[in-house]
Amino acid sequence: MSKKMDIIELLNENSRLTDKQISVITGLSEDEVKDIIKNLEEEKVLLKYSTLVNWEKTEKEVVRALIDVRVTPQQGQGFNAIAERIGQYDEVKSVSLISGGYDLSVEVEGKTMKEIAIFVAERLAPIDGVLSTTTHFILKRYKQDGVFFTDGPEDKRLVVTP
Amino acid sequence: MIEDKYISDIVKNIPPSGIRKFFDLVTNSRDIISLGVGEPDFVTPWVIRKEGIDVLDRGSTTYTSNLGLKELREAISFFLKKHYDLNYDPEREIMITVGASEAIDLALRCLLNNGDEVLVPAPSYVSYSPCIELTRGIPVYVPTDEKNNFVITPDDLKSKITNKTKALILPYPNNPTGAIMKKEDLEEILDVIIDHDLIVISDEIYSELTYDGKHVSIASLPGMKERTILLNGFSKAFAMTGWRLGYIAAEHGFIEAMNKIHQYTTICAPIMAQYAGIKAIYECEADIEKMRKTYDQRRRFIVNGFREIGFDCFEPKGAFYIFPSIKKTGLTSQEFCERLLKDERIAVVPGDAFGPGGEGYIRVSYAYSIDKIMKALERIERFAKKIF
Repeated sequence: MSKKMDIIELLNENSRLTDKQISVITGLSEDEVKDIIKNLEEEKVLLKYSTLVNWEKTEKEVVRALIDVRVTPQQGQGFNAIAERIGQYDEVKSVSLISGGYDLSVEVEGKTMKEIAIFVAERLAPIDGVLSTTTHFILKRYKQDGVFFTDGPEDKRLVVTP
Repeated sequence: MIEDKYISDIVKNIPPSGIRKFFDLVTNSRDIISLGVGEPDFVTPWVIRKEGIDVLDRGSTTYTSNLGLKELREAISFFLKKHYDLNYDPEREIMITVGASEAIDLALRCLLNNGDEVLVPAPSYVSYSPCIELTRGIPVYVPTDEKNNFVITPDDLKSKITNKTKALILPYPNNPTGAIMKKEDLEEILDVIIDHDLIVISDEIYSELTYDGKHVSIASLPGMKERTILLNGFSKAFAMTGWRLGYIAAEHGFIEAMNKIHQYTTICAPIMAQYAGIKAIYECEADIEKMRKTYDQRRRFIVNGFREIGFDCFEPKGAFYIFPSIKKTGLTSQEFCERLLKDERIAVVPGDAFGPGGEGYIRVSYAYSIDKIMKALERIERFAKKIF
């Protein structure tokens, strides 16, 4: 179990690690690593190997917003059906059930603020069961998935020490 | 400019540290990846930092007793018992120091008379010999080599003992080699130590960073507690280098003698660090475990990386360094490090900085993220292709 967790954590940190590198780090054979990863993929523990991009440093124009959504839970399905319904739009990057004053937190991506505004007004808000939406545009990202988008804290150690 | 005549002969005669020399070179370079540091890349766990802040908040800013806070000595006694099966009375047999560095100095100063010899395995930590010399003792190197896993053997030890030999420094897990001494290795040298009435200064600062097995303290072996001055501290295991918190565990007579020096020169370790140390012992076992596991993963990764590039690399079992051989490049360790720095902007430490036996090797620290180690290995591979 713990070797399995080691692999999950290593890939979560850096999904470009090769089977061979993981085998060296964990002390497992390469075949064992391959098998464990295959199982994790089949069990849908490992869903996707993605890259964290700082879009601000590219020419692509991207605007993201976090939308707090209040919904009416449906008989027998709770929040699942409506969350999945919202998740079907390409603009929607994530949907989570949250505690507090709202029910769902929806992250939406668009080219411009206007595009997001139109999405909220014309697609999201009219969905049956959606009671209200509050849109927060993301102005600047400082840290995501444990990675600083700014320079982050420096390594303050001296370059060579005894 | 201060004239030489003002400086004492003993200080004048101490050569500058090989690390210091290399440090000056490195500081003038830019954009380098350093694998040259001897301290954790983790920040001190939050619960410990918070205690440091709270101590100030409470206004506890006074001296403590010379030996250190009683609660901290009790915590250390508990820690030594739990981890290494050692029994030390917190009232009489433990004292708190300003880092393990002060502990080394105190141990030597309490033991040595003019001209006494102290055995130092080499390669090892850069400070032992100068500290011996500052005490007007004489360092005598006991060379160790890769064939013997960088561990001292009874024969090597015996061959260096004279009627002036007073003590042996036992620095395991070792900086820079990463070697450890297993219980059977320690047992082998036990008779030599006892027969020649040697005192052992056992520097166990890396004890918690031992992989593939548990650290064994020589003080736990029969007949050794009374002739061991055990040094340890919080820097490496708890990522607390800047807090400067160390300790000594030894028979009361030794503690009393060392405390005489300590009370006149240092008074006590900082109170904030001492309170933080109590938290560290009682509340941070999981943090230590996590850090040790991470170092262990990096250790496997970097050893494999160096071997794949073509370096012969001893497999370290402790601390956070590897000590690859660069002999087949035909370069001295200084030349190798200077060229690696100039050509690829990678800083590692020349092995000759750690005394005889270090030439032909480099010390590479893996207190860095796997990502950083990967980047460094790419550059080192490019460099190796030019020189092999």
